Amino acid sequence: MLESRYLEKLGLEEIGRKVAQGERLTISEGEKLFACPDMNALGSLAHQVRTRLHGNAAYYVVNRHINYSNVCVNGCRFCAFSRKKGDPLSFELSEEQILDKVRSQGNGLTEIHIVGGCHPDLSLGFFEDLLRKIGDIKPDAFIKAFTAVEVAHFAKNEGISVKDVLSRLKSAGVQMLPGGGAEVFSPRIRQSLCPDKLDGNGWLDVMRQAHEIGIKTNATMLYGHIETVRERLEHMAALRELQDTTGGFVCFIPLTFQPANNELSYLPPTTGVDDLKTIAVSRLMLDNIPHIKAYWVMLTVKLAQTALYYGADDFDGTVVEEKIGHMAGAESQQGLTRGEIKRIIRDGGFEPVERDSLFRKIFRTGVTEGDRH
Amino acid sequence: MTMNRLDIDQAWELYRSADFHALGAMAHRARLDKHAESVVTYVVDRNINYSNVCVCGCRFCAFFRPPGHCESYVLSRDELCTNIEETLRLGGTQILMQGGHHPDLPLSFYEEMLHFVKSTYPIHVHAFSPPEIVFFSRLEGIDVGRVISRLKSAGLDSIPGGGAEILVDSVRKMVSPRKCSAAEWLAVMEEAHAQGLRTTATMMFGHEETPRQRLTHLFALRDLQDRTGGFTAFIPWAFQPQHTAIHREPETAVSYLRLLATSRLVLDNFDNIQASWVTMGPKVAQLALFFGANDFGSTMIEENVVAAAGVHFRLSVEEIRRIIESAGFQPRQRTMAYQWI
Repeated sequence: MLESRYLEKLGLEEIGRKVAQGERLTISEGEKLFACPDMNALGSLAHQVRTRLHGNAAYYVVNRHINYSNVCVNGCRFCAFSRKKGDPLSFELSEEQILDKVRSQGNGLTEIHIVGGCHPDLSLGFFEDLLRKIGDIKPDAFIKAFTAVEVAHFAKNEGISVKDVLSRLKSAGVQMLPGGGAEVFSPRIRQSLCPDKLDGNGWLDVMRQAHEIGIKTNATMLYGHIETVRERLEHMAALRELQDTTGGFVCFIPLTFQPANNELSYLPPTTGVDDLKTIAVSRLMLDNIPHIKAYWVMLTVKLAQTALYYGADDFDGTVVEEKIGHMAGAESQQGLTRGEIKRIIRDGGFEPVERDSLFRKIFRTGVTEGDRH
Repeated sequence: MTMNRLDIDQAWELYRSADFHALGAMAHRARLDKHAESVVTYVVDRNINYSNVCVCGCRFCAFFRPPGHCESYVLSRDELCTNIEETLRLGGTQILMQGGHHPDLPLSFYEEMLHFVKSTYPIHVHAFSPPEIVFFSRLEGIDVGRVISRLKSAGLDSIPGGGAEILVDSVRKMVSPRKCSAAEWLAVMEEAHAQGLRTTATMMFGHEETPRQRLTHLFALRDLQDRTGGFTAFIPWAFQPQHTAIHREPETAVSYLRLLATSRLVLDNFDNIQASWVTMGPKVAQLALFFGANDFGSTMIEENVVAAAGVHFRLSVEEIRRIIESAGFQPRQRTMAYQWI
């Protein structure tokens, strides 16, 4: 931890005091943190909070991503993954193909992360059957599936309420919702980048209803495109406000915008400093969300390791096969092994702790270091 | 020279145990003390590897080919010209020319190459590492001082600090047994400085050395710099194990940043510390600007050695400038001598 004199010189003594005492920061204090020219000072503040909450632990999960289809009615401008139905580059995994992916995983699999586009034809019934079959194959794996955007899309397609969709998914085996589709809540940004997508209030409302029926969720923010720093902070404040009411968010995941192969390819990629600032400020602003993820798929593995010193406590997981970030130019590899993740975490000076989707510690016996799953 | 110079035990304590942010902050302070203006420099140049033929056979190297190998090459003069002309067109000011230990090329080959380049193009030639110079001296049966003065007369402007690896002989015996010793490496630099050539210094870490031996390396450089003042910059970079004969996991970013920060604190008589985006990627290299680095290195119009070990990052001048600016610094193109352009 840096001396308080160091923070004083940067005009951060009041923020430093509030952080030390666990007081809530305002949006304008968040702006001040983003403007801080000293990455060591910002890192030290975020690290103080991260250490208070999680000590020296850095979490990871043995998970597998399944992107069931890239067919999507939304056409968001930042997306390199989405295709219209009939496009030669569109794909749609059959139930059997999805189940094969599930079957191909070893016994150590903890989490199956399932997301796709807003497909115009796939019915809720199809997914309910699929989820039950996945549950039969991997009864111990945690199913984290469908973003708030997909849930709202199912409701619209089926002509039923969001609440009914959530209850049906829950009975079929969904234990948690991933945090995708939040982008940046600002109507200005959504109007410009994803006018057909569920809006910010709609996203928050799906999450509120999920939390109310006992489904925990994550939350994301897609940053580094055309949003302002203030819009990032307002996004965080909106999540913080809902979390005060429901307590249902488990982990916040800042997602780095990747500019390849989409309509925003004229934009430069985010830099490492912006990535780490965003993670650090998230940790400092989101005082009621327990975990902050360094998502190595978007950040690169090397930067994700340093992010453990900038407020992140979670390294995500083995992933195995990822399409959404990679189609937009993410340069990281497709998956990491458990052994690699543990080594990277330890080498950074942290204790690797394997977790499930809800961040409950997992104890294993007889699993070797380099075991893939 | 500062009043509170670190000794090796103090440096070790910091390197191993200091709080990550406190170590970064100390290094950043030391960097700002040396370069109060918040400038970060870079150089536009090209690595020209005139040949990959090498009889050294270092275990960490994925670039070399033995003489007679079907993938071995020596660049023709036409290829050299094409490379240099392209560098100049891209606003480049220097070429970094290095090769292997070629058993059949006499010193006169290099003298002619230097003479040709310097009389044809307005470009700074930063070339040959100390192991090459020691190799030339053995091949020709003349002393190192004579090799350096002949190369200098032929047009050599400065010497890159490559081939230092870890300046500890027990490590060199393991990873590069046929390469010059630590003392020979340092002696080439001392002689070059005495003859008025500036040089850089490197360290390649993360192979067979112990963490403590990394510090031995830093202190050997600091001692020589006290005597000559001829080093312009220190450039540590992490060993890239892919396609080499050393099987171990690559150094991680946190380990790199700790070493970089410790270098800044130990090498109080070096003006410049360079970040390595080629091995660490642009994101971590940008963060390195807060861990003691004040230079972003080269645009690397061409880079073959690290690429042979499976690491490919590419950056344009515009991208380097954007990365520097978005970290809050002003980008300035420099020469090898670290003068602003």
